[in-house]
Amino acid sequence: MKTFNYHSSKDVKEATKLASSNSAFLAGGMTTLPSMKLGLASYKDIIDIKRIKKLSGIKVSGKTVTIGAITKHAEVAHSKEVKKAISSLSSLAEGIGDPQVRNKGTIGGSIANNDPSADYPSACIALNAIIHTNSRKVSADKFFTGMFETSLKKGELIEAVEFQIPEKSCYQKYPNPASRYAIVGVYVAKYKSGVNAGVTGAKSCVYNDKNIADALSKNFSSSALDNIKISSSGMNSDIHASAEYRANMVKIFAKKAVDAC
Amino acid sequence: MKKVNLEVNGKKVSKEVADHTVLSVFLREVLNLTGTHVGCDTSQCGACVVHVDGKSIKSCTALAADLDGSKVTTIEGLVTNGKMHPMQEAFKKQHGLQCGFCTPGMVMSAIDLLNHKKNPTDKEIRDWLEGNICRCTGYQNIVAAVKEAASKM
Repeated sequence: MKTFNYHSSKDVKEATKLASSNSAFLAGGMTTLPSMKLGLASYKDIIDIKRIKKLSGIKVSGKTVTIGAITKHAEVAHSKEVKKAISSLSSLAEGIGDPQVRNKGTIGGSIANNDPSADYPSACIALNAIIHTNSRKVSADKFFTGMFETSLKKGELIEAVEFQIPEKSCYQKYPNPASRYAIVGVYVAKYKSGVNAGVTGAKSCVYNDKNIADALSKNFSSSALDNIKISSSGMNSDIHASAEYRANMVKIFAKKAVDAC
Repeated sequence: MKKVNLEVNGKKVSKEVADHTVLSVFLREVLNLTGTHVGCDTSQCGACVVHVDGKSIKSCTALAADLDGSKVTTIEGLVTNGKMHPMQEAFKKQHGLQCGFCTPGMVMSAIDLLNHKKNPTDKEIRDWLEGNICRCTGYQNIVAAVKEAASKM
């Protein structure tokens, strides 16, 4: 790993002031550090935000669950409050990577990285999440913009993610047996206003599958998806799965998710 | 350079290290605690698992500077008065290792599991050890070792 200057910030103001075009914020480091070791990324300054207390913790109100950016996957997985309000969100967290990754990795880090196969982005899309940064609030559908791309500006820091509590929801994924990243994952959430189907792993960026969402909004049952056709156009194709296979898996896992709601 | 203060296996240490020093390097090269192994060096294989403030993490993917003030336990810290930890005893008795490269990480990870769950099922043990790769044993005896340790801890 190439050397860098390590800074530990105590508050958001200090952290964002240190940020430059050649810096990165460090939360759990589960992607940033391996990427730097593999030579995929290098920075002059690493700004550790782990000690900023304001960024940690879980708050549940009547309609929302708000999770601080540096809250670890294990904390979300084991939180009784999250389990009660949105149990699918805690089981999603429980299925990320492995126990050691869950002991360090954070929700803010996961969504800032926007890996096309990561779990949390699908939750943000399905659960109408609002991403709170140090300067604004962005809805999830405007936050994830492409492969490893988000609408975050340089030096902008995620503070928390606010999820809307659904009537029903479930996340089902076909995990890569080695990494447990989703080969395909579908997060279905039902609200009074309609249904969302956040799909991860299938395309270069997480998306809300409108065909599935519309069919489920009319009839929330897995049989409503029987005649839906999912196009393989734009789907990822790699050593793990072809585009056609992924397209089929999107439908299958959407049905599984509905059945498990 | 950054000054890093840690408590490692009950002993306070304070060392000046380069900013990009990861915990596995700090343990092996600065403190000479070579029981913690480095396999993939990118947090996939689990050979480098240690406990930080009571929780298992992969020491290859944690900056020493980031952990300033923490308590670290490595495989060397498990022995008390020359006696092996029940998990180590169980790995020995059940042949939970062959080449031994993955063993320090396996043992540290399995202890963290038993700290959470007193009597895990085979499935829970296998799920928990997702992040620890063994290329010798086929895991069967590792699971048997964790079960035996669970009955004794």
